[in-house]
Order: sequence, then C-alpha cells, then structure tokens
Amino acid sequence: MTVEATKPAVHEPNGTRISTSDEQDLPLGRGMRFTNWAANYVDERTSMSGLVRELGRKIFPDHWSFMLGEVALYSFIVILLSGSFLTFFFQASMADVVYAGSYAPLKGVHMSAAMASTLNLSFDIRGGLLMRQVHHWAALLFVASIGLHMLRIFFTGAFRKPRELNWVIGFIMFILAMLEGFTGYSLPDDLLSGNGLRIIDGMVKGVPIVGTWISYLLFGGEFPGTSVVGMFYSLHILLVPAILLAAIGVHLVLLVVNKHTQFAGPGRTNDNVVGVPIMPVFAAKAGGFFFIIFGVIMLTASLVTINPIWLYGPYDPSPVSAGTQPDWYIGFADGALRLVPPGWEIMLGPYTLSLNIMVPLLVLPLFLAAVALYPFLEAWVTGDKREHHIADRPRNAPVRTAIGAAGVTFYAVLWSAASSDIIATHFRLTIEGVTHTIQALLFIGPVIAYIVTHRMCIGLQKKDREIALHGYESGRIVRLPGGEYIEVHEQLSDYERWKLVDFEDYKPLMLRPNKRGVIPVSERVRSVISGWFFEDRIAPVTKSEIEAQHHDHHDAVGAGKH
Amino acid sequence: MAEATTGSSVERHEPPVPSAGTAVVASDKLENPGFEPFRPRVSDLSPIKERQNERRVGWMFLASIAGSVLAIAAYIVFPIHHGDPGSVRLNTLFLGLGITLGLFGLGFGAVHWSKSLMEGHDLVEMRHGTRGSEETRAKAVEVFTLGNKESGFTRRKLIRNTLIGALVAIPLPAIVLFRDLAPAADPVDQLKHTLWKKNTRLTRDPEGTPIKASDVTLGSVFHVIPDGLNDEEDHIEQKAKAAVLLMRLDPKDLHPSKGREDWAYNGIVAYSKICTHVGCPVALYEQQTHHLLCPCHQSQFDITHEAEVIFGPAKRPLPQLPIAVDSEGYLVAQSDFHEPVGPSFWERQL
Repeated sequence: MTVEATKPAVHEPNGTRISTSDEQDLPLGRGMRFTNWAANYVDERTSMSGLVRELGRKIFPDHWSFMLGEVALYSFIVILLSGSFLTFFFQASMADVVYAGSYAPLKGVHMSAAMASTLNLSFDIRGGLLMRQVHHWAALLFVASIGLHMLRIFFTGAFRKPRELNWVIGFIMFILAMLEGFTGYSLPDDLLSGNGLRIIDGMVKGVPIVGTWISYLLFGGEFPGTSVVGMFYSLHILLVPAILLAAIGVHLVLLVVNKHTQFAGPGRTNDNVVGVPIMPVFAAKAGGFFFIIFGVIMLTASLVTINPIWLYGPYDPSPVSAGTQPDWYIGFADGALRLVPPGWEIMLGPYTLSLNIMVPLLVLPLFLAAVALYPFLEAWVTGDKREHHIADRPRNAPVRTAIGAAGVTFYAVLWSAASSDIIATHFRLTIEGVTHTIQALLFIGPVIAYIVTHRMCIGLQKKDREIALHGYESGRIVRLPGGEYIEVHEQLSDYERWKLVDFEDYKPLMLRPNKRGVIPVSERVRSVISGWFFEDRIAPVTKSEIEAQHHDHHDAVGAGKH
Repeated sequence: MAEATTGSSVERHEPPVPSAGTAVVASDKLENPGFEPFRPRVSDLSPIKERQNERRVGWMFLASIAGSVLAIAAYIVFPIHHGDPGSVRLNTLFLGLGITLGLFGLGFGAVHWSKSLMEGHDLVEMRHGTRGSEETRAKAVEVFTLGNKESGFTRRKLIRNTLIGALVAIPLPAIVLFRDLAPAADPVDQLKHTLWKKNTRLTRDPEGTPIKASDVTLGSVFHVIPDGLNDEEDHIEQKAKAAVLLMRLDPKDLHPSKGREDWAYNGIVAYSKICTHVGCPVALYEQQTHHLLCPCHQSQFDITHEAEVIFGPAKRPLPQLPIAVDSEGYLVAQSDFHEPVGPSFWERQL
C-alpha cells in the first residue's frame, strides 16, 4: 500500500491543478504545516480523504427555488440550538406552584411549574425571551419552508424516478415537523395551549371504540391531568427530533446518491449535472446562507413578539378568549373541524359515533396520503421507468400543475376556515355566512383552481411554442416594397430556444390487449387517467418545424430581412 | 446451488433498457446547443473592482465581529430589573440586534465572496444510473443466496416460521407496559359524573362565593363552579367537567320540555359550559338573542330551547344542571347532570 503513497496531481474539469503532497519542496508556513499534519493525522485514522475526494467537488446546480430545502435544514439547526438553551431553564412539570417571579400581574397566581419556569425564562433570564422567540419563529419558518420545498418538488416533477422514496421521507418529515410544533406549543401549559390540548382531547374521545381509553392514557387520567406536559416534553426534545435527524440524514444521503435535479438549459442534459462545486463555492454560499437565515430569525425574534403566554395566563378549563388561533400549520386541521355542518353524530346501537370528528379525522389523512402517494400514481399512468433529472417547468405538465393548484386551494380553504371568526369580525360579516361560504369554497375552489391553472399552463405552453418557432416581437414595424407593413420578429438564440423545447412529452395510453388477448380493468383505468393527463398535450417544437418555419419565412418576406 | 464458488448460483443478464412508457420520443428533437460562452463578471475583468469586492467582504466580516461584541455589551448594559417589563424588552431588542449583525455580517460576507470573487465557471459532472452495476447486483444476490444456503433459512421451515412468530410476539409486552400511564379506574365511569350533587351550592368562578338567586338580575350571566371545588385535590380535572354558565331570562322565553319544567328557578337556568363538540368552554353569551357561542369552532346553542344546537359542528345540546334555591336563598343544584358533559365518546350512552 505504501508504494501508492505518492498521488498524481488531480486535474479538475475546469483545468485548474490542485496542489498535492509531491509539491512539498515549497517552503510552507507554520499554519500550512499544522494543517497538513492535522489532515494527515485524521486521514490515517479515518480514511477521510476518500470522503473528501468523493464529495469535495460534487456539483450543485443553481436556482433560487433550490434554496427552500436549505431554509428548512438551517431553521432546524436554529431550532436545535435555541431549544437546547431553553431546556436548561424549562421545567416540564405540571406540579402546582404559586408564581413569585417578576411579572407583576401574575404574582401569587397558581400555575404549573412548566408555566412558571417559562415565565421565569422570559422575565428573569437575560436573553431568555429572545431565545424563546427565536425558537418559536424558527419553528414556524421550519414548517413553512418544508411546505414550500414540497411544493417546489411537486410542481417541477422532482419526485419522479429515482426520487420517489426521498419524496416519501420528506413527507414523513413534514408530518413530524407538525408534531414537533404541536408538542412544543403545548409545553408552557398556558391558557391557549391548554385549550389546544382540550380540542385534541375532544377529538381523541371521538374516535370509535378506543378513543375514550386513548384520551385516558394520554392525559394520565382525566383531562387535563398532570402528566401530559412531561410526556410531550420527552416526545418534543428526544423521540421526535431523533427520528427527524435520522430522516434528515437519509434524505441528504439520497440527495447525494441521486444528485440534484436541474432545470433544462444549454449544455444541461439528463446525464450530467451543471453547477458549482461544493468546495469552495457551494460551501461558502450555503454556509453564508445558513447565517443569513439565522439572522432573519434572530432579527424577527428581537423585534416581534410571538406567543406572549403572560397575557393568556395559566391553563384553566373555564375561560377562553374569543379569536384564539392555533399556530399556522395546525390551522387546516382546526378549519376542517369548524366546517362540519350541525348534527353529524349518530348512534350505532348503544354506541355513539361522532361523525363530526371522524369525517375531518379521515379526510385530512386521506388528503395527506394523496400527497404522499402522488408520485406513484403519475409513474403508473405514464409507465415511464427512466430516470428523470431535468426539473419540469410547471407549465409543461399542465394536469399535474392543475392538480397541485387544486390541492393547494383545498388546503388554503381549510386553513382560512380556522380563521372564520376573525374574518367575520374583521369584515363585519355574519359567522354563519362566512362558514357557509367557506363550506362551498371547499368543493368549488379546487375545481376552479384546477380549470384556471390548466388553461393557464396550456396557454403558456402555446406561447412558448410560438416564441420558439417565430421568435419574439421586436416592436420594429417595417414597410415592404409592396406597401405591406409587418412587425419584425427576432429569432431566439439557440441557447434561449433550448430552454423552451427541452421537456418530456407524453401521449395518452393506447389500449391494447395483452398476450392473452384481454384488456385488464387496471389498464382501462390507466387509459382513462392517461387520457385525462395527456389528451391536451402541446408537443415541444421539433427540428423539422423550425426548418419549415425558416423556409416559410424566406418565401414570405423574401431575402430582404435575412 | 451445488458449489459455493463465486457467482456460480447467479444468473447474469444485461441491464434492461427502462421503458419510456407513453413518453413521445421525437426522432427530430432539437439538438442541445451546448454551453453558452462564459460571461465574465465585473471583478473578473477589472482588478480595481476585484479589490473593491475583497474589501467589501472584509468589511462585512468586521461588522460581524462588531455585532458579536455589541451583543455581549448589550447583555451587560441592558440588565433585567425585576418587575420592569421595559427592561426585558430592551435586553431582548439590543441583544438580538447585536447577534443579528454578527450573523448577517458572516452570512452576507460569505455569500458575496462566493458570488463575486470565487471561480465563476460552471462545472460539469456526469450522472450514473442509480441502479447498481450488473456485477454489483450479482454479487448482492450471491451474498443473499449464500446466506440462505449457509443458514438454511428457507430450507429449515420450522426455524423460519418460529422465528417470525417470535419476532411478531416480542413487541407485544410493550403494549401492556403503557396501561399504567393512567390510574386503574374506568374512564367511562368518571366521565359520567361531576362534582355536582343534590344541594351543592352554585358559586362564582373563580372566587367560590355562593350566589343568591336575588343577585341574578334579568339578562345577567355568571360563570359558576360547584361549592368546594377549589379545595379538591384534582380541582382542575373536576372543573373541566363541572364548569357551568348561569343566565337569567324572562321565564316566558324558556321552552322547557316535559319533565324539565322545574329545572329552572324564576327564569334562572344553568347549563354546562363544556362544549359538546370537542370540549372548549362555551363562554360567549349573546344577551339579546340568548345564544351561547363557542369561540373555538363556532357552535351556537339556543338557551331558550334547552341549549339546542342552531349552528356549527356540535350535535348535542349543552346538558342542563337542574337548580333550586335553599333555605338561605342561595342557588343549589338539584342533582348532578343527567347525562355526561363535554365531547361525545363511544361509551357515552352505555
């Protein structure tokens, strides 16, 4: 092995030469000597050089939308850092104490140790309130950026083979992030979070057969009990973060294995990846971006109050304030509860079945399952088993984009329902009117969003085709010798045109009998869905179309212009 | 399977060409024009600009150092004075702004460095199919085949089946382990009873002072808890079931059903405050319409018609607490509620 110790110089694609150990004849500074010694020390014990060789110059393509996942990752790191600080001061106990801290209005009030320690953290520890607000704002940003990241993946088709599994892992992380959010929100044991738990208790009790018992075990007896904060604390700081961290690890390993997608562009193909190397450009950009995200969260936390539990007071089952709102990511679930019409509860013999709970409890998981499984549906419909590394522009997959828009609308309507009372009071409407409107919108909204988005995509595709074929309008009017006026169209450069024509194009599935001469039902279904997906297809411009167009041009305009 | 030599048991085949499904593969697709010529940045062309950008990055990193120092200074200069929320605000604000400057200086400096000064050419890396090479896959199959052969996993069916059975059984004890999260008592019994019983006085929430019938004027509303609640060990759990709203209406407006005519006293009625939907306190009373509104999910209950649901997701009316007046003129309960309060549950009607 020692024979191979002298490594050849490595040439990089851009032609620069990296200095290697055989250039030791140059005099080295103290710092460099130390760096070399340290690198050698580590490598001889870990084989780290192999990892650096593999990953150090990995290429990352550049596009603003690729930052959304980074925002999620970095806000998670901020959550870990600020959360660790909070654990040093927070007491996850529901033991009854009398508050004696420095927030005067609550002095002498009975509350749980959790609430009292959160107040102490906010009012008696320097930087404690800042860290609480950093933690809360970072958590809100975390869930939001995961959502936006998922939308980017969805609308660009980046979930296609070989990335379906990573989509599912990301989806699981989205669910875990909401769980993290809710358990964390409940920890201070204030009036607002206590009412949130009360709603969870009511929902759990509505589950047939096991609901009563699950609620009983969850709260360690009757609601609210004295154990739920401790239990949520374990989930919030240990179990769920551990699963999340492991999932992030797998998510990133798969990202490295599959390499990043890229948008169509000159020189970019399905077989290459074009961009900047991790060392040094991407590392500097991403590292800098981490600090910018951290800075944005820190700035928000220093300027804007979030979750002022001292205004709500400790949990008490009797009072509640009007216009209470959950954290934003729970809104869609709360909204679903609000939209159920009166009277949805039936008796099954002697047993009570709360459909007003069960229907939302089933619709939401079904919606989420549809999100998780969509990649597999599309793969089945297209039957395409190839790997896809060129991200779609949303317009080039009109039905997928329209389905996505319908799903976003469905979610947004549920979300707005969680603020139905605020909408009613703010705009001086009746709560009944607002609720009925939102109920109708839940069904009509997605349909309208689907139709409008689909038409927009087709329109944009047609426009792209026209520009690729005829060029763009230059605004220059020319009078021909015969007296005719034309507007001169400027042709696109080959580079610009390529961005408009490099996309996947599918045709509807043609039904054919299989070897045994029958058409299976599954194929009939697939054919119907395939027709729905692709019957309005707009094909990309081909070489012969461009050539034919050029001929026409010459014939019509004559040699004058060219 | 006879011999364990390398690769003997593995059928080799070429990697299949993946199907394109219903994708249209055009024969005359436009050709990829290749990379665009590199467009140099201003700092690639002008050494002055390059130097300027270098200084800028340096300044940003210096600003970051200044921010960190300022944050430490703010920690000391803006202490928290007990009982003064204004000092908390100043501490939070200036500590946060200092750290923000530290973070922004680092972040924008690094990004500016990478964008304006670092090598700006795009690099190209080739992708390889995610699927392992045929050789690797054959090796993997061989590993499993050998593992199976050497252990006899599929051959020794008794071992295999008992192993699977044991693996299925082993997590089961974990399920019973969770039973003692809650006490031994039956939750269904507890959900059906509250602290209210015959002659329990209605008292004000949270003070616990009794309420004279004569104090309840027409149109007024009281938040009520049972007498003695605050002395109970589990008073929060009891309050979560026993909280009551007391209102006085004109007796003409009430429409009691048969058997409930004497549950009110002089137009004074008491209803459970716990919403029958998911248990929020139904705390908003509209005096003019005699409607109770739940602020969580907007269920509305009509007090003139025994709190029946007139809007929202709740199904059942709020349970009514039958009340009377004792010899001293204080309001008391006639009995406990006649049905479980709060959200529905499976065994509710049992």
